[in-house]
Amino acid sequence: MTRIVYADNAATTSLSRHALEEMMPYLTKEYGNPSTVYSLGRSAKKAMENARAKIASALGCRPDEIFITSGGTEADNWAIRSAAIMKKDKGKHIISTVLEHHAVLHTLKSLEKAGYEVTYLGVDSAGNISLDELKNTIRQDTILITVIAASNEIGTIMPIAEIGALAREKGILFHTDAVQAVGHIPVNTEEMKIDLLSLSAHKFKGPKGIGALYIKKGLRLPSNMYGGAQERGLRSGTENVAGIVGMAAALEEAVSNMDNNIKKISAMRDRLIDGLLKIPYTRLTGDPVNRLPGSASFVFECIEGESMVLLLDQAGICASSGSACSSGSLDPSHVLLAIGLPHEVAHGSLRLSLNEDNTEEDVDYILEKLPPIISRLRDMSPLWEEKISGKPIK
Amino acid sequence: MYSEKVMDHFNNPRNVGALEDANGIGHVGNSTCGDIMKIYVKIEDDIIKDISFKTFGCGAAVATSSMATEMVKGKTVREALKLSNKAVAEALDGLPPAKMHCSVLAEEGIKAAIEDYFKRQGIDPAAVLKE
Ligand SMILES: Cc1ncc(COP(=O)(O)O)c(C=O)c1O
Ligand code: FES
Repeated sequence: MTRIVYADNAATTSLSRHALEEMMPYLTKEYGNPSTVYSLGRSAKKAMENARAKIASALGCRPDEIFITSGGTEADNWAIRSAAIMKKDKGKHIISTVLEHHAVLHTLKSLEKAGYEVTYLGVDSAGNISLDELKNTIRQDTILITVIAASNEIGTIMPIAEIGALAREKGILFHTDAVQAVGHIPVNTEEMKIDLLSLSAHKFKGPKGIGALYIKKGLRLPSNMYGGAQERGLRSGTENVAGIVGMAAALEEAVSNMDNNIKKISAMRDRLIDGLLKIPYTRLTGDPVNRLPGSASFVFECIEGESMVLLLDQAGICASSGSACSSGSLDPSHVLLAIGLPHEVAHGSLRLSLNEDNTEEDVDYILEKLPPIISRLRDMSPLWEEKISGKPIK
Repeated sequence: MYSEKVMDHFNNPRNVGALEDANGIGHVGNSTCGDIMKIYVKIEDDIIKDISFKTFGCGAAVATSSMATEMVKGKTVREALKLSNKAVAEALDGLPPAKMHCSVLAEEGIKAAIEDYFKRQGIDPAAVLKE
């Protein structure tokens, strides 16, 4: 049997054993509806509130500032749309970045259609924004700043604390899509002066389809879902108790192991990066230092990402690409274009993302299997022929 | 999302690489996603004696290049010119809708290579293609 090396942890992660064990009772005998008064319901409610407290403690906020959602996408949609509606009398200007996930980007696009104006801060070739540019972009009618905490595609970490301080000083709401950051790098809503924060359990070894929106106390965000008034009336619907319990267990585990995980994972990541950068005409995408511990993202010139992903799959390696051919839209990822890569170079994008489940042997295996795949694809690439012969093809 | 045939042609592409003694080379690009294909033909007595390809593109682009070259190898020029991207896709047990454009490139690549052959022979390709 071929071995499986899962190196797509930015897409999703395996479920933590601990989280699964914590969830099991709520998938079996503890099936009560948390809104009921009898003991079966009360124990579900208690488990849920216990979970909320754990999530709050991981973020340094209060339990009543945590609102459960179906994941990162819902949290992003809710936060941004609600903030826009809530502040529309003050203005209709929003500041964001070119690195955002589609959950943010497409929400902003829908607001633009509804008459809001969005300024997307550009980034340098490593994916860093400029705080001076942010300062200069703020206007009288700016109502919201929404910035991804760390890029899912290139791993670059944004200066969240600095943005938070600036937004607070100017009295502007600050939302961060921290889906890739929470559980992986320190995030503290109080210290970073965050008003709204999205997180998603399946990125830190929790279950899929569950996440949360942190809403700073005192913000009167409009309801996201009307109905039976669960989540203090802001997000109605019978709760996914097992999911909430699993999310909290996974997050607690991730945060308590964070220091060790960061050391272990970033050492593997750096070995992977050093090894793969030996391949000619290869570039690291994103910031070489200021990046997520598990993120190793590249472009290999003259080859195409989907082909790479398919051949890696044959070798049992799971990875992903932001190339045009691997996207439904057939456009290269907006993030790769934003860091200044030409279309044909963005074609060769490959993202490997590690987590604490990966081993040094996994890194060895990738370093053994990937270079011949790249050679093989380059051998059949007309662009490579041109590149090494120095002659244009025509 | 790909059929087994697509995966087979992607994993073991037929007729891949440059053809040293090609007497026609087609070079086509795709504005949809930016992929590039190069088709080499060796035509003798109106027959595609040999054919090969190089592709910078996705799995479907590689598989359709492989299948298309296989389908026209040994055929007459006239038959080769009749090859449609639909026929290539069908021979591969279908392609996802978003990947149909990749098969167009294979068809165009073969036409371009044959056209180049005619040009090199001093024959106006437009006249032949019209027939
Ligand atoms: C940065 C970022 N935001 C939002 C999401 C969406 O989260 P979810 O899949 O939980 O809806 C993801 C992951 O897909 C992500 O990486
Ligand atoms: S070559 Fe780009 S989608 Fe097929």
